Amino acid sequence: MRRARRRPPLFSLTGTLIAALFVVVPLAFVVVQALSSGASEARHLLLRATVAELLVNTIGLSATCTVLCAGLGLSAAWLVQRTDVPLRRMWAVLLVLPLGIPDFVVAFSWVSIDHSLHGFVPAAAVMTLSLYPLVYLPVATALANSDGSLEEAARSLGLGPWATFRRVTLRQVRAALVGGCMLVTLALLAEYGAFEILQFRTFTVEIFAEFKLGFDAVGACVLSLVLVLLSVGVLSGEPLLAGRRPQSRSGKGARRPAARHRLGSLTAPALLAVSSLALAALGIPVATLIYWTLHGGASTLPESSLLDALGSTAAFSAAAAVLASLLAAAVATLALRHRSRASALLERVTYLPLALPGLVIALGLVAFAVRYTPALYQSPVLLVVAYAILFLPLAVVSVRASLAGAPARLEDVARSLGLGPTRAYLRVTLPAIAPGLAAAFAFVFISTATELTATLILRPTAVETLATRFWEYTSAFAYAQAAPYALVMVAISAVPAYLLSRRGASVAEREGA
Amino acid sequence: MKSPISTAIACLAGMSVLAAAGCGTAGSSSSLVIYNGQHEQTTASLVRAFESKTGIKTEVRSADEATLGNQVVQEAGNSPADVFYSENSPVLEALAEKGFLAPVARSTLAQVPPGASSAHGLWVGVAARLAALVYDPRQLGHAGPPRHLIELGEPRYSARVGFAPTETDFQPLVTAMIHAYGLARTEAWLRALQEHATVYPDNETVTQQVNNGESALGPIDNYYFYRLRASLPGETHAAISFFAPGDAGNLVDVSGAAVLRSSSHPAQAQRFLAFLVSEEGQRIIAAGESFEYPLRPGVAPSAQLPPLASLKPTIVPPAKLGDGSAVLAIEQRLGLL
Repeated sequence: MRRARRRPPLFSLTGTLIAALFVVVPLAFVVVQALSSGASEARHLLLRATVAELLVNTIGLSATCTVLCAGLGLSAAWLVQRTDVPLRRMWAVLLVLPLGIPDFVVAFSWVSIDHSLHGFVPAAAVMTLSLYPLVYLPVATALANSDGSLEEAARSLGLGPWATFRRVTLRQVRAALVGGCMLVTLALLAEYGAFEILQFRTFTVEIFAEFKLGFDAVGACVLSLVLVLLSVGVLSGEPLLAGRRPQSRSGKGARRPAARHRLGSLTAPALLAVSSLALAALGIPVATLIYWTLHGGASTLPESSLLDALGSTAAFSAAAAVLASLLAAAVATLALRHRSRASALLERVTYLPLALPGLVIALGLVAFAVRYTPALYQSPVLLVVAYAILFLPLAVVSVRASLAGAPARLEDVARSLGLGPTRAYLRVTLPAIAPGLAAAFAFVFISTATELTATLILRPTAVETLATRFWEYTSAFAYAQAAPYALVMVAISAVPAYLLSRRGASVAEREGA
Repeated sequence: MKSPISTAIACLAGMSVLAAAGCGTAGSSSSLVIYNGQHEQTTASLVRAFESKTGIKTEVRSADEATLGNQVVQEAGNSPADVFYSENSPVLEALAEKGFLAPVARSTLAQVPPGASSAHGLWVGVAARLAALVYDPRQLGHAGPPRHLIELGEPRYSARVGFAPTETDFQPLVTAMIHAYGLARTEAWLRALQEHATVYPDNETVTQQVNNGESALGPIDNYYFYRLRASLPGETHAAISFFAPGDAGNLVDVSGAAVLRSSSHPAQAQRFLAFLVSEEGQRIIAAGESFEYPLRPGVAPSAQLPPLASLKPTIVPPAKLGDGSAVLAIEQRLGLL
């Protein structure tokens, strides 16, 4: 049934416009800088032989990792949410935690085990282990909150288990799955630290090298333009895969929790699979960090307060998560409930910064703030805005997946009963997308806690976060002093991950049925 | 039931913003702001001594010198920084060329040898580091390490070399090679390294991988070896060797400081620079664990370091080393970048 076009609520319109404005700043910086030496110079820098090699490397790695992450994330989410594998609650938290370990720490810990790891295969393996939570989290949330009665109906109509999975379950999580894959692809475009350690040359590695040696942003921004174009390519492919119509039930009340498959004799292999994943993705990096902490050793750096850094990190991460979640709710509402070319375009635009390295975004904000908002330069506000720009796509994907499952008709009913648009939204839609908002908060919180390059540039001078302290120590060989900061980063990521797993627990488990 | 969720979100938002805002003051204008690309502990000691001596409050912002350099460029003359203290000279030369630096007081420049500071008096040399070779004695055996930088490109060494072409420390070596051997031979040398040697992202990794035995030798600056040895007592298998006197590799790299034109505390910034090259400041650098050579005549370096004079290094004027852009172009052309 076609819904009549209606004016979107004010908050979603302003929120989306604010998000779009935030995002335009670094994009404009990239374009302006790339063309600042003239179009012919830009073209010359673009058509180097190196660029072709980088293109092959970057696209090849992104495609491989995305497919692997999709498989891993989907299977892990299905095992934890749809089967009776033992210790589900624990796995639900542990499988999300790798997000809380900075990618360079993961790469570093693998390289310290085997010094000769470098090149395509180790890079693909390490990045898959780091990034699969980007798929796991939205898919697990979608599975937890989807309707089991659809599957039961399919089985009762004669579909076998595989067919049910393919035609019903997969459809329910399709938006989340494709959204997660898109996040993985974009995040790989912007990844730097891990590829530097594993000696795998991608665009971002090259961008950093050119910033380091060039001190003028032209070459680096030309390459950043390529990243933007690649991400535009990825983003335009996404709706084709995600499907046009959101799948939603007509009523929430009769939703049944999905029955969990009994694994029976497959319990042992399933348990082995899940624990291997957790061990490889989480256990190895954490074990390395603990080893370095216990190993001791002299340091040539001053003692500094772990608690101070923890406080700063927690405050900034929470602020960024709140801002990003609010903006994400606005953007997702506009894109899904008030569909039009413009709203779809605005939503897509907010994803673009995910493909740009934090360094480029930070320098763009520096250039902007110094000219137009000097009072905000190197203030906490600008840093929180930078985090929101960097991680808004993670939040939008989470909110969008759960908004897609929330019936639009209920809001219409509320409106027809006399509620204004805002009240209808707050009382009907917001509770329905609460799991998505919580996932968005956790996502952004964990990602912000580990962010480094933008933080180094935009933080107020006296502020240190866990990530900046970790970097200071590792760049002076003081690994024993650096390790505790990384361990605390993982620990504070565990808090939102745990709360999320409680929220994502199925209705029956929460209500004790 | 009034929706509790929106209230909760609003409260959380408010609290977070307040907490984050309380986390850092937005650039208090009364302090001297230093952008520091140098060893953090040594700078912290210098700043503490400076503050207690002069009573001038100081704020230090530490990051990679290239990041800070790019930040100053993007700040386009509105930088909150007063002083820029870097590890290598090319970034200071680049900032000088772009017109961001103010002239250093003559009396400050007079404290260090003339060749060690900016040719136009826009920054002062504070400490020096020497290009050196870290090598694994177990792998190189009796022959020992090569004494000339150009030998790294020879077939018997090139496959066992580890180096970091994107390191700011590497550019001066290439520039010195061009001055000594000409562009053609230098490009051949770079090509040999590109084809056979292992590329690492930075000199810390080069030092570590030579220590692990992954690479047999690698060109670094001397202090990386000493810092590694200080942090891994008893586990250092690598050794350090210096290039022959007069060789292109036997290069002194100057670490310097400058006052930014946009500084709002120019007089205090000049006092800080004067402190850096004063007797007290240079003693702190010598005693610190940055393992660099103080430039002020008469101040001895750490006992662990061989005396600079005995190694007879070449002091290539920083103006000749330039801002590294020529090297960048070469490396881009060869595909090292």
